[in-house]
Amino acid sequence: MAEWYQVLMTALVGAGVPEWIATAIALLVGVTAIGLVAPLIALILVWLLRKVISRIQDRIGPNRVGRFGLLQTIADIVKLLSKEGINPSRADFMAYNLAPILSVFGVLLLFAVVPVTRGLIGVDINVGVLYIVALGSIGIMAALMAGWGSNNKYALLSGFRVVAQLLSYEIPLVLSMLAVVLYAGTMRFGELAEQQGNFLGLGWYVFLMPGAALIFFVCALAESEQTPFDLLEAESELIAGFHIEYSGMRFAMFFLAQFLGGFVFAWVGAAMFLGGWQGPGVDLPGIGGFLAAGYMMIKTFAIYLLMIWVRGTFPRLRVDQMMSFCWKILVPLTVGLISWQMVVQVLDLPTPVIAVLVLVGNLLVMGIGLYAVGRAIRQEGFRTKRAFTPDSLIGTMQPVAE
Amino acid sequence: MLLKYAFIFILSGFALVLPLVSIVAGAILGPRKPDPVKNDIYESGLNTIGDTWIQFRAQFYLIGLVFLVFDLEVVFLYPIAMAYGRPEFGMAAVLVTLLFMALLIVGLVYDWRKGGLEWQ
Repeated sequence: MAEWYQVLMTALVGAGVPEWIATAIALLVGVTAIGLVAPLIALILVWLLRKVISRIQDRIGPNRVGRFGLLQTIADIVKLLSKEGINPSRADFMAYNLAPILSVFGVLLLFAVVPVTRGLIGVDINVGVLYIVALGSIGIMAALMAGWGSNNKYALLSGFRVVAQLLSYEIPLVLSMLAVVLYAGTMRFGELAEQQGNFLGLGWYVFLMPGAALIFFVCALAESEQTPFDLLEAESELIAGFHIEYSGMRFAMFFLAQFLGGFVFAWVGAAMFLGGWQGPGVDLPGIGGFLAAGYMMIKTFAIYLLMIWVRGTFPRLRVDQMMSFCWKILVPLTVGLISWQMVVQVLDLPTPVIAVLVLVGNLLVMGIGLYAVGRAIRQEGFRTKRAFTPDSLIGTMQPVAE
Repeated sequence: MLLKYAFIFILSGFALVLPLVSIVAGAILGPRKPDPVKNDIYESGLNTIGDTWIQFRAQFYLIGLVFLVFDLEVVFLYPIAMAYGRPEFGMAAVLVTLLFMALLIVGLVYDWRKGGLEWQ
């Protein structure tokens, strides 16, 4: 078990508590801490998102409730609590009611393995990365259940899109995480962070594997249903997505799950690619621990802010563009990256040479990926222009057939 | 070891209870005034036409199948990644792994050429 557990146990047993009660108390304390901190984080995230998006769109954002509108989210929760939870008469009872619970369930469990600092991590299981990957699928199921159970055509369409999008993007996501696991030789988040502590705590994997990090970030955007991949709740096409029929607290649960999901992906990304809690000065006695926890949070929020920035800037993709981007660009690139890394690592070379070769492979992957995206954008540009020339189908807005 | 999974088990109980409690609290605190129009399907104000629960399109099954194959592959790749760096994991093992991945890529290329990845 992690260090916090040992500390608690020593204190409790030292105070004369029987061991089994001490174990139960320690476990419950840990669980409660995660279960309470996660919703609190969500409160901050909602405020942060609204504030940053407002600034991007040249608005002020929430500024009435509390200082800088900090209490706005709490007011919103009170409002949602006092709202009527509508039960659509034609919905599938089980699927409809189970979906919001399941979506929060899948996300909250992810918080068990992400590290805060050395020794402060829910549980440092030896299959940490695999655990994240496995639990990520529960959210897909919840969204599909909501879409199907609502008995609403828009919700169902959104449910279809959830399946297509989240399933597809899971593959490059998992493979980009595999690149790190392959290099580090461990799936423990604690050890992954320890290994990035070279060069004054700046030996982060993002410098070694920028390609994998970029692919991870793009897939994390898609998996957490953020713009430009928010097709499943494209309000101009699908009203609200799979949660149209939900209101009150059940709607709030989907909201909570979405925010926390994005945040957990940012956290995992920070732990795997940005060195976790590593940074200059984390080994100092005394303040080192606080510095480390601070670094971890700063990195996580930095990635999350980047996600918000993307969300506030980019237009939405079209379904077919999104699917072909995943299957025709990301998947072959990640598979190539993994194969290259496997070959490089098995050759009997000194470590710096291996690192340089891995870096070269990653830069190549980035170059090819960006070139392919650029070419696709240029082609789309031609198609759109042709669609609006005078002799084309004016008014129908139909792209001209190739 | 068992203690770690006990932690996750307790957390999973907590993670089920937290949304359940908030939904029940919302149901108790909120008003309850059902009426047939309110409880009907919301499709931008129009009356819904026909049945919603139709068949999935075959395209989704195709994507699902390709995903399944890839996901299985990943499940096998993680243990391989963990075994990397051990002395008994030599060049031969790597070649087998690469062949394993090449087979997968052949499948992807086949699907691509057959138009399974074209989204209409």
